[in-house]
Amino acid sequence: MYKIAVMGDMDSVLGFKALGLEVCPVSTPEEGHEALHRMAKENYAIIYMTEQLAAKLSSDIARYKDALTPAIILIPGKEGSLGIGMANVKTAVERAVGADIL
Amino acid sequence: MPSTTINPTRMELTRLKGRLKTAQRGHKLLKDKRDELMKQFMDVVRENRALRKRVEEGLMRAHGSFTVAAALMSPEMLEQSLLYPKQSVELEMTFQNVMSVDVPQYRFHTSSQDPGEVYPYGFAQTSGELDDAVDAMSKVFQDMLRLAEVEKSSQLLAEEIEKTRRRVNALEYVKIPQMQESIKYITMKLDENERANTIRLMKVKDMILKEAIEERREETARAAQAWSDSGEAPEGV
Repeated sequence: MYKIAVMGDMDSVLGFKALGLEVCPVSTPEEGHEALHRMAKENYAIIYMTEQLAAKLSSDIARYKDALTPAIILIPGKEGSLGIGMANVKTAVERAVGADIL
Repeated sequence: MPSTTINPTRMELTRLKGRLKTAQRGHKLLKDKRDELMKQFMDVVRENRALRKRVEEGLMRAHGSFTVAAALMSPEMLEQSLLYPKQSVELEMTFQNVMSVDVPQYRFHTSSQDPGEVYPYGFAQTSGELDDAVDAMSKVFQDMLRLAEVEKSSQLLAEEIEKTRRRVNALEYVKIPQMQESIKYITMKLDENERANTIRLMKVKDMILKEAIEERREETARAAQAWSDSGEAPEGV
């Protein structure tokens, strides 16, 4: 059985707790770095992460990009979307096609 | 002239021709694979974009309600309300093979089916906005899972396409022309050797003939000399 986690600042992730997801409130990038690698080792299939946190952990996230698990999915935090998630979609297209065609 | 030194032998030629055939076949197959992957990838990416937009909008709405709820309630109260969730989610993951790329597929089931069960708190001491926030989140959750599936697939497919594209290009623009060049070089060299051999034989034949004629001539000359020395005119001269 796989697990789903949500990472981000306290206010952004608290609501997910009601849905039954595992919540990992993180306030500093170092904490996030540690938590991310710990969760990647355990059987977490999906880790939702706020863009605000992801912006500081981009190198850690890149490590799991080509791995099957975990899937790290960026979601907007309570401050709003930074557009990183959409930019990632664009990057994937560029990587595959060689140019942004969408 | 090929960059690497190759032996212009018939064996090498046969070997190279075999390799060229394999390379061309591999190139064709990889090209097909790339095209098919690309087709799949485009579908996935389109869905990815649409889903992401929807999820981001849904989550922003949920965050909005949540912020209002947080403003109305004390932080302790808020945390306490959400501390023990009624709902729990179990995730199952299977893999689907898309052109030799394993992409994940998620299936989840919640411990209770009743959508009214998501509120882990009593309604008496919480604000209505919290209900809205939780409701919005549970609605967007279905899309979030699908987003995870689609986004991971698109990342994995992108990686595979990149790899395949590199291979196709390497074969098409480097490997195959190189081998064709080598084959051409060997064929030319072998033909050249063939011609050289013929010419040598012709030369040798000429030399032998010349020698033979010379010998005959000398013999005739000697015979003529003998006849004239004996004082008789040779017959038929």
